[in-house]
Amino acid sequence: MGLESALGEGFLTTKLDAVVNWSRANAVWPMPMGLACCAIEMMAFAGPKYDASRFGSEVMRFSPRQSDLMIVAGWCTYKMSHAIRRVWDQMPDPKWCVAMGACASTGGMHRSYGVVQGCDNFLPVDAYISGCPPRPDSLLNALIKIQDKIKKEHTVLLDK
Amino acid sequence: MNISEPHQAIINDLQQKYPDKVLDVKEHAGATVIVRVNRDVVHDVLETLYNDHHFIYLLQVFGTDRFTSENRFEVIYHIFSLRDQVRIFVKTWLEEDNLVLPTTTDLWKAANWQEREVYDMFGVQFTGHPDLRRMFMPEDFEYYPLRKEFPPLGIPGSIQLPSTTPDTEED
Repeated sequence: MGLESALGEGFLTTKLDAVVNWSRANAVWPMPMGLACCAIEMMAFAGPKYDASRFGSEVMRFSPRQSDLMIVAGWCTYKMSHAIRRVWDQMPDPKWCVAMGACASTGGMHRSYGVVQGCDNFLPVDAYISGCPPRPDSLLNALIKIQDKIKKEHTVLLDK
Repeated sequence: MNISEPHQAIINDLQQKYPDKVLDVKEHAGATVIVRVNRDVVHDVLETLYNDHHFIYLLQVFGTDRFTSENRFEVIYHIFSLRDQVRIFVKTWLEEDNLVLPTTTDLWKAANWQEREVYDMFGVQFTGHPDLRRMFMPEDFEYYPLRKEFPPLGIPGSIQLPSTTPDTEED
């Protein structure tokens, strides 16, 4: 460790990827796309009992331009899908998506002509959560999985 | 049959004004009466009920698909008399190849959206309706979802999903 000994006390060297991923993973600001009863569990996830702020995700941004993680909480109709996609397109990269609950993942019990059978038909979903509705713990679990995913990312330079 | 007095008076009046057009009278649950009338007089019957019996409150208009070879579709008006405190269902049967009824928006403003919904779900045309557009489904949707032959999961590709490539700026 020649460089650190040259810099003296109070310095350490690391990879830029590690710093960027560490800061991104611990400040995943969610965009709450609450569409149905799952949104209630999502609020509990943000509230004091389950406390998403332990993972740096307490800042629910209702503006897509300030958020990193879209939580699709509930069943989405064909009519709503256009609005969801529009909000998703407004979110700045890098961004992640959670399909929360049976309905957002597969259409769930809404086997109907008006409901999109899974929001992965028009969104790139990173994590699916089972349950109807899932417990806030499950959403925390999905958040941790997404954090793991973020921590494994690396810059374009290393892609070769 | 256990028809209450105000109901019986209304039915007698209808039968007297429209002989042979009141096809069926049923009492339901001890609280209401279902009257089936000929399709030609449905607007006249509703107008009579509105003017002479104070049925000024329209609760619902809805359709059903009976899935029979004759008189397949049914349109039902659920109305309430604020004077007599009684409710009546007026219904009429329609042939599949002639799904046309006169609108009742001239009597009740509330019929506007209700008839649009019946049009959206069953394809019943209401002549004289001020704004007969679809209620829930997209304007260019070609099917009527509550008809029995419509598959519960819909026709694949009949409703557009959003594009999965991000919007690009206009040239």
